[in-house]
Amino acid sequence: MKAIIATFWRDVALLWSGGGGALAPLGYFIGAVVLAPLAMGPDRTLLAAAGPPLAWVAAALAVLASLEKLFQADLEDGSLDQMLLSDTPLEALVFAKGAALWLVVGLPLAFAAGPAAIALQAPLERVPVIIVSLLLGLAAFIGAGLVGAAVAAGVKRGGVLIALLVLPFFAPPIIFGASVAAGQDIDAALALLAGCALFGCVLGPFAAAAALRLQAE
Amino acid sequence: MSPILSVHALGIRRGGRLLFEQLSFEAGPGDFIEVRGANGAGKTSLLRAIAGFLRPSAGAVEFSAAAAGLHFLGHQNGVKGAVSARAHVDYWVGLFGGAASDALERVGLQAQAELPARVLSQGQARRLALARLLSAPRPLWLLDEPAAGLDANGRDLLAGLIDAHRREGGVVVAALHESIGSAPTQTLNLGAA
Repeated sequence: MKAIIATFWRDVALLWSGGGGALAPLGYFIGAVVLAPLAMGPDRTLLAAAGPPLAWVAAALAVLASLEKLFQADLEDGSLDQMLLSDTPLEALVFAKGAALWLVVGLPLAFAAGPAAIALQAPLERVPVIIVSLLLGLAAFIGAGLVGAAVAAGVKRGGVLIALLVLPFFAPPIIFGASVAAGQDIDAALALLAGCALFGCVLGPFAAAAALRLQAE
Repeated sequence: MSPILSVHALGIRRGGRLLFEQLSFEAGPGDFIEVRGANGAGKTSLLRAIAGFLRPSAGAVEFSAAAAGLHFLGHQNGVKGAVSARAHVDYWVGLFGGAASDALERVGLQAQAELPARVLSQGQARRLALARLLSAPRPLWLLDEPAAGLDANGRDLLAGLIDAHRREGGVVVAALHESIGSAPTQTLNLGAA
């Protein structure tokens, strides 16, 4: 347990100190949702229909941008070897790294989605549920993203490979998340999003740890 | 004296090429095994196989049940530039289940404790990696060219740490190009057979 907590706080500190590593996805997200209405023109009804789901696409791509360095740095500087030697299973340490990413990247993104959704013509009363749905959805994204980041850890500029591996797994949360953002079947979509998040949080660390063990050879 | 580490008929292939085979040795408390060999003879592969990172193509590595746990010091220091030396030690203490220790003082980095590791020189970063060996007591140390980047003072320090570890009943297996102060109990020559 001590090892999990130590890994979690170390990664939180690393994400904060990594030269805007934590703020870059947030800036990317805000830039994307600011550009969307400019691209769609002055039609308010069109924006109200297409805008809030667009926030989900922007959030998914913002998470993708934060994945490339997640394990690559650990592999290159020898930190991965040390994680393998801990008495705590690698799966648990990978989970801690994912949780740190969710706290530092996911949480600000979800809360930034509130004002963004208002700017994209979402009704005010729907904003809290959009934030909750993104908190769940970002956990699902990060769970799937851990696997892609682990598989591509040994690849220079593995960003494209990560996107190819991970984007199919982003589809279910995007579908249910866009449904929440558009105000359709909110309860059912939230339940399914929670399912996606659980699935990602439980299976992601196991698959990622298996990939990392191979990389250590 | 029961062995802490025993290696039976170990063979390793890398990229289809046989590095060595039928390598066997045992190490008990206080032993210092020196691994020698030319570049590419398989010194690093041997250490990584003992650590369990690399799957050997033949043979087995066994540890005595009473003395589990090992430290691995590879070519990479396992150090993050953005994090201070003190925070590294705190992290390793957590990761390896040690207790708060005087590791930084023992490797002579107390003056640099609060500096981010990126401003440390190569030798200082190596000393920080040595501090990891002290962050939690583990019986087996696997050291891959531990003296790389260290000055004369640092090499004396390394020899002192190895001697102290052996006195406490630990085992050291080190890949070396030139001998360090501590006298080995056994020297393995890879690629010589």
